[in-house]
Amino acid sequence: MGHELKKRLFAVASRWFVTFSIVILLTTLLLLATGTPPLEAYLLLIKGSLGSWNKIARVLQVWIPLTLCSCGLLYTFSMKLWNIGIEGQVMLGAVGATAMLKWLSPYFAPSLCLIAAFVFAMFLGALWALFAGILKTKGGVNEIFAGLGLNFVAQGLILWLIFGPWKRPGIASMSGTEPFDYSLWLPTLQSLRISPIALAITVILFIATVIIHKYTRWGLFFRAVGNNPTAGTLFGLSPQRYTLLAMSLAGIMAGCAGYFQVTGVYHRLIPSISSNYGYLSLLVVMLANYKWKPIPFIAFFFGCLNVGSIQLPLILKIDSSLSGVIQGICVLAFLCAYRWRLRNKG
Amino acid sequence: MMDFSLSILMASVVSGAAPLVFATLGETFTERVGIINLSLDGTILLSAMVSFAVAYETQNLMCGFLAGGIVGALVATIVAFTSLFWGLSQVAVGFVLTLMCKDLAYFLGNSYTRIQGPQLSHLPLPFLEKIPVIGNILFQHNIMVYLSYACIIATWFYFYRTNWGLKLRSIGENPRAAYTRGFSVRKIQFGYTILGGFLVGIAGALYSLSVKPGWGRPQGAEGIGWIALAIVIFGGWDPLKVAFGAYFFGFLQIMGVVFQSWWPSIPAQVFQVAPFPLMIFILVLIHLSRRKAVNEWLEAHPLLRPLVRFLQVNPPASLGKTYHKE
Repeated sequence: MGHELKKRLFAVASRWFVTFSIVILLTTLLLLATGTPPLEAYLLLIKGSLGSWNKIARVLQVWIPLTLCSCGLLYTFSMKLWNIGIEGQVMLGAVGATAMLKWLSPYFAPSLCLIAAFVFAMFLGALWALFAGILKTKGGVNEIFAGLGLNFVAQGLILWLIFGPWKRPGIASMSGTEPFDYSLWLPTLQSLRISPIALAITVILFIATVIIHKYTRWGLFFRAVGNNPTAGTLFGLSPQRYTLLAMSLAGIMAGCAGYFQVTGVYHRLIPSISSNYGYLSLLVVMLANYKWKPIPFIAFFFGCLNVGSIQLPLILKIDSSLSGVIQGICVLAFLCAYRWRLRNKG
Repeated sequence: MMDFSLSILMASVVSGAAPLVFATLGETFTERVGIINLSLDGTILLSAMVSFAVAYETQNLMCGFLAGGIVGALVATIVAFTSLFWGLSQVAVGFVLTLMCKDLAYFLGNSYTRIQGPQLSHLPLPFLEKIPVIGNILFQHNIMVYLSYACIIATWFYFYRTNWGLKLRSIGENPRAAYTRGFSVRKIQFGYTILGGFLVGIAGALYSLSVKPGWGRPQGAEGIGWIALAIVIFGGWDPLKVAFGAYFFGFLQIMGVVFQSWWPSIPAQVFQVAPFPLMIFILVLIHLSRRKAVNEWLEAHPLLRPLVRFLQVNPPASLGKTYHKE
């Protein structure tokens, strides 16, 4: 048994070693090509993300939506669904949260509004995901295109709201809606901009996802139907029903992420409220090899890259999209390293 | 906008859709041979950036277009190589490349942001431009627009009138049978994926050198790659229908601009997303048109039959499934 474990650990370690060697090599070459000193860029990425408590808090701000969306994607990926629409589901969550806070705050206590917003955000997220699910099961539209189309529609909806019915008094601008009253913000740790409530709920939802996947009939059914829809049908499991269920669970998670973006981070609705975290979480789950264990760590690492790269344009005069390039290379290198090992094994 | 004339409108549809024509035809080649290159959105942006940079540095548009095409071919090579020879999922690799190429374009193109560079000039075709109405719409553009017409016809001819086209289609439908006939399936798939990528790269170059000249963040071609992928489905993997889809989408985009001048209070982005739900709607129609009940209903409504026949399509049977020889 010990020998077996050692072998597995070695396999995982060697896979990650190969991945990171490729990432460092390619990124260094890229930086050299643009005339940027690589070491300085790396130091800036590390210092910019882990250099102070304040910065770590900001990394956690990114970690929250990434982890939530990745959890949601675990459901859809286990059904072999490409839920690219998760980005739009985050946006709809944000819209739902904003709507409730806007409509209810004149009449009800702030805590009640926040709870109502939480529920409505998850509801809208799930609804948006269900649209894509129904288009897939009943309309025969591939979930990639249904989800993607709905992402663009969600973006249009947010812009319309910001420039139309929810515009700031006097001027409508890309800076978003009027910020909410302080009482409608999720409470944060003193001087740090991170909400312990958001953090706690994310951890709880992550654990819940793991439990559902590992220990419940649902989790088992997801895998069974995802792996073989026809066999699933033979056992009386309807692939369509499980597709819709997986989609709505993903939508709930994404809606929750949207809620935290509004109540915990921006305190209003802005055009880029989803900050591409939905798309990014697809990369997180791929890099995690569709398993739950590595997700929190990868989400944290990606958060570090995103937060650290904000300094790049200011100090090194290079574009902050370097973080996205590194994330992409990570996933590609991992996919190749993983495949390489499988091939050598087989 | 009350005085807009129809021929000017149609002419701008034709020139605005030219990059889409290249991109969709490129993807048609790729998908017809059985491979999905999902990286279009990123590829278009990266090749737009590279071709602008190259054209700016060399002050030569030809070099710019060539560079754009090569970038597209290189990205397609990654998709083809990892899937055909390493067995990775085409969708997964394509999706990662979509995001990565986009960021790579912003990262590498940082120093070329918002500068004046060379752009394609108009080249009205003598005699042909004099034809009433059609001359105005079709023959007062730049050379790449004319090449896009040629590309449509050439692709159609290649697919349905040559032996190579037959071979291409047979591999997309049944790679195993093609293999037993002695075709080197993987090599052919590899080749056409690269050719498809090259055309997609040309589309990117057309954006930064003609349709939306220059480079910046955002460039204005974001999201187009996804549209192109949807158009290939809409067009049923048939070059003529696919080209029609590209022009149809170009028309919708122009109408967005027209509508915006009618309702200026609604932000432009709202009109820009309008074609997406329409695309979904059409994809649903395509699906429904295959239903038996719909077909029976059609027997009673002969007038609608051609429209539904137009929408009834089947994807290449082996699309997205990598063929491994036994």
